[in-house]
Amino acid sequence: MIGSLLRRREAGILLMIVLFCVFVGILRPRFLTLDQFRIILLLIPLIMIGAMGQMLVIIARHVDLSIGSIQGLAAMLTALMFKFHPEIPWGFGFVVAIGVGLGLGVINGVLVTAFNLPAIIVTLGTLSLYRGLTFIVSNAKQIDRQFVPAALKAMSQDSPTYAVPWIIVIALAVAMATYWFANRTLVGRQIYAMGSNPIAAPLRGIRVNAVTILVFAISGALAGLSGIMYASRWGFVNPSNTGTGFEFQVIAAVVIGGVSINGGVGSVPGVVLGVFLMGCVSAALPLLGIPGTSQAAIYGAVIVIALLIDRSVRMRANAALSSARGRE
Amino acid sequence: MGQLGSQQTLIEARGISKSFAGVEVLRDVDLHLYRGEIHALLGENGAGKSTFAKILAGVHRPTRGSIALNGDVVEIQNPLAAQRLGITLIHQEPLSFPDLSVAENLVLGRLAGSPWSKVPWKEIEEEAAQLMTLLGVDIDVKRPMRGLSIADQQMVEIARALASDSRLIIMDEPTAPLTPKEVETLFSIARRLRDEGRTIIFISHRLEEVRALCDRVTIFRDGNKVATDTISNLTDADIIRLMIGRSLREYLKKQDAQIGDVALEVKGLTKAGYFKDISFAIRRGEIVGLGGLVGAGRTDVARALFGIAPADKGEILIKGTAVAISDPAVAIDHRVAFVPEDRAIAGIFRTLSVEQNITAAVPEKISNAGIINFSTEHEIATDSIQKLSIRLASMRQPIGELSGGNQQKSILARWLLTDPEILILDEPTRGIDIGVKAEFYDMIGELAASGRAILLISSELPELLALCDRVLVMSEGRITADIPRAEATQESIMHAAVPRSAEVRAS
Amino acid sequence: MSEAPVGLNSTVSATHRDAAPPRPLWQVIFVRPETLTFVLLVLAIFAGGQLSPYFLDIRYILDSFTLTAELSLLALILTLVIIAGEIDLSPASAMALSACLFAYAMSFDWPMWICVSIGIGSGLIMGAINSALIIGLQLPSIIVTIGTLTLYRGLAQVIAGDKSIRVPEWYIGIDKVQVLGLPAPDLIFILAAIALAFLLGMTVWGRQIYQTGTNETAAIYAGIRTRRIKAVLFLATGVTASIAGMIFISRLGSVRYDLGLGGELQMVLMAMLGGTYIFGGRGTILGTFLAALLLSVISTGMTTANLLPATQLCVLGVLLVLSIIATNFIYSRTQR
Repeated sequence: MIGSLLRRREAGILLMIVLFCVFVGILRPRFLTLDQFRIILLLIPLIMIGAMGQMLVIIARHVDLSIGSIQGLAAMLTALMFKFHPEIPWGFGFVVAIGVGLGLGVINGVLVTAFNLPAIIVTLGTLSLYRGLTFIVSNAKQIDRQFVPAALKAMSQDSPTYAVPWIIVIALAVAMATYWFANRTLVGRQIYAMGSNPIAAPLRGIRVNAVTILVFAISGALAGLSGIMYASRWGFVNPSNTGTGFEFQVIAAVVIGGVSINGGVGSVPGVVLGVFLMGCVSAALPLLGIPGTSQAAIYGAVIVIALLIDRSVRMRANAALSSARGRE
Repeated sequence: MGQLGSQQTLIEARGISKSFAGVEVLRDVDLHLYRGEIHALLGENGAGKSTFAKILAGVHRPTRGSIALNGDVVEIQNPLAAQRLGITLIHQEPLSFPDLSVAENLVLGRLAGSPWSKVPWKEIEEEAAQLMTLLGVDIDVKRPMRGLSIADQQMVEIARALASDSRLIIMDEPTAPLTPKEVETLFSIARRLRDEGRTIIFISHRLEEVRALCDRVTIFRDGNKVATDTISNLTDADIIRLMIGRSLREYLKKQDAQIGDVALEVKGLTKAGYFKDISFAIRRGEIVGLGGLVGAGRTDVARALFGIAPADKGEILIKGTAVAISDPAVAIDHRVAFVPEDRAIAGIFRTLSVEQNITAAVPEKISNAGIINFSTEHEIATDSIQKLSIRLASMRQPIGELSGGNQQKSILARWLLTDPEILILDEPTRGIDIGVKAEFYDMIGELAASGRAILLISSELPELLALCDRVLVMSEGRITADIPRAEATQESIMHAAVPRSAEVRAS
Repeated sequence: MSEAPVGLNSTVSATHRDAAPPRPLWQVIFVRPETLTFVLLVLAIFAGGQLSPYFLDIRYILDSFTLTAELSLLALILTLVIIAGEIDLSPASAMALSACLFAYAMSFDWPMWICVSIGIGSGLIMGAINSALIIGLQLPSIIVTIGTLTLYRGLAQVIAGDKSIRVPEWYIGIDKVQVLGLPAPDLIFILAAIALAFLLGMTVWGRQIYQTGTNETAAIYAGIRTRRIKAVLFLATGVTASIAGMIFISRLGSVRYDLGLGGELQMVLMAMLGGTYIFGGRGTILGTFLAALLLSVISTGMTTANLLPATQLCVLGVLLVLSIIATNFIYSRTQR
């Protein structure tokens, strides 16, 4: 009964998406066209990839605020490589971006575990540190379009034949890999266990520190991947814009996707739907004549609303529990 | 009785001692455990039996002493190491992962292979279902742990011990929260495990259960092992005598207090899922005991009276006037005080000074228009420390540096400063030294003699018998007996405390 | 204060069995995070003096402090929130939104009292929203204030767009106003620090903030209305954010939605650097006060040394992590 309550969460998000689309569709019929769908699809890959990492972090009862800065720094270092070493094959950019992200994520994880610090403060600090480094390595200058390899940019080109661009394929592949990792591997399940009961976890032989570092490493690596995809999608990398505020979009998508802020609960399908909902909202704004400056407010509102939903789900689960107790 | 011809020793404990914060709770315990026996550990609360069991299970490390397993001395560093050695402790309320499925809870920590290896979901669930069938319990192994009854959670723990092929299974008061049918299931499983050659340590307060199940028994008192013998060699009277040592009645004298008007009356207090239809009255100068098994709802009633988790229905009358106690501050205004059961969680401010801890509930006494008068505070605290002879090195030291008994005295001092008319004490002597205990008994008597109404929650029967004018007994959220001092015996209290299966369960 | 054992006149005296021996008085007084902050402050001023002789001039330090006075003011109140066992990451955003509303109201030439009411009122409402979510609905303050941090900043952007809102000439220049020889923002900060230090150290209310943060359950059992205390703290944070916003506008002359962007980092940093314990129950206003001065000296020093703002960003991030490691280390050493 309680399991089904939580399961209903995914159905709930799906319903929200449908209702939202119908609502916008009635106001602006153009919203329901295939063109719009492709716009939505193009909006979500970056958030999707960031959200997969953040989901794991939040399931483990932590939070990673630094992913936007990791995206920025990874994108910048990759773009610098493209600019100054155009002879290196562009595909190598993925290795660099993911590698940089991985390293930065490991730093987060080590700081959190080695000194037993709250992740929110650590990642607030590294958010600032990594952003500062981005400015320093780039000398505060943007890397312009001409330096980003055309093949990379082509990966996110929307072709007139509705062929699905590569970045969407990558995002879906990451989501599927995360699903497999979280549900089918031992360490994936240990992440859930750790978040579900951090006290019991070490008693069952879970190497809490190692798993925690791994979780931050994955979050960082995926943020790094999202960095090179940023360069692909937008064709430039800017030290102050790339990745700024990314963490809030991602956290909003993750919590609306049903990942419990109390740890231990969350599913890939839920988060994918959450990301898709965020994409729909973003795509609908210009159609509805709402200025782009409202985006941030909407992300904030989504986080707050998601917290309220999360709470009411938990309250209902508890009510079901105590009524079960009462019957005894 | 499953006695093997040649008794092979599984565990040999030598000179096990354990101190917590300087208080020695276990002294030089030697014990042999044989293969294929069910061995009971008996003793009052705080006698050391649970501490001993937890040392075997790696929860605590002994201060001194050694443990040999099959003749080899082993270091049991932590519960995981214990489990690898084949020792499983089944907690009364098991530690589990509420968001994971039952099957997954069973295998976590046992699945071999690299962290990246695939989780064999199918086999896991099949094995789990098999274990459940083997244990004769009906639990859907795919459902999450959250929401399982305590009995079912214990069954999952036992299944886990079986799955990891444990040679020693320690059950720490497993039967307290179980129904008789569940107890019967547990026992038949325990016997089967013994017959397979496993060893079981069974900790319980219930003599009849020990008699029904166990082969040998070891009795603890005040941190010492006082006897180990085959159960059939001991009568109930022997066991009780060994457990208690001397009757507390002999050295506890309840002071005669003038019993006055009704101070606190409770009518039909109900909180769904916790307690039902609780009615009683306490008069000034009276000590009313509240006995019962762990989980009977005693603490929940106290919490409701003090406004921490108010009841859904029913009336609380103080000196004849109905009052609504919505939070502890209101209770304090009505001059109710509550010394909670778990000092570390609900009592002390560990890192703050003793002084601050003592004056925490009486801000108005130490301040003027909200501004603290430090010299007044110092005087008040010094006065309390002397009155209760709290032993400390400095008033400004953090209370966490004091021994358990002195911490508990400080909490009592905090509440006495509120000058309460109604004092609720929840297991006030748990985890404190026997010497300090006696001081507490004297204090409780004096408090009643000075005209206060006292509700004493205790799991230590001798304590209830020695101190109380009346003993109320709770079982499964209801009051099942109200026994006057003259008629109160360990048997009469236990009789009312043990759930009466048939009629209650049938409804 | 006498450190002799109490209860001397009774024959019992403490043995090791009853209580651990107390720490020596010098340790109690000096082995604490604030000492480290003070030492760092002295070192920073000395190092600054090597860069430029101005650093040894108190005047210069006071003037440069006006640049961070607003965030320092918020750090003081945030210190109380953290001691009470919660956290609030939203004040910098709340400051921006409140300031935008205030400036917007002024741009209509409305009477001053209406503008001030709008400014303070909005701060109060934002504090109330945080309170309602965290205390009313019992949601964790970390995530809630990440949400409201985004929301408040986003609303400021909705109101102000990408433009800056100017305020009338007469309102500009609070940092040039000298009261008692101090720039007005500095004076406000110092007065607020004195008031809050008094509140925290000398009053029942302050005492109860510590008790709430040390062990909330025990505080509730002792009859302390912890929910009320925390609610008031979040409301006070909202109001302080709006006041800080008004000071900020007067200093800058105009406001954009990105006023104090990322300021949560500096505020948390000041509290952490001053020795406030991230898990609650410990910390002092003195520590945050010293840390605010220290940060001001550091950032002025870095500017004097012609370091990029980006380098400063790095330094702040590293300092945050180092300060919390140091604080935790000191506390773990002094508690048993």
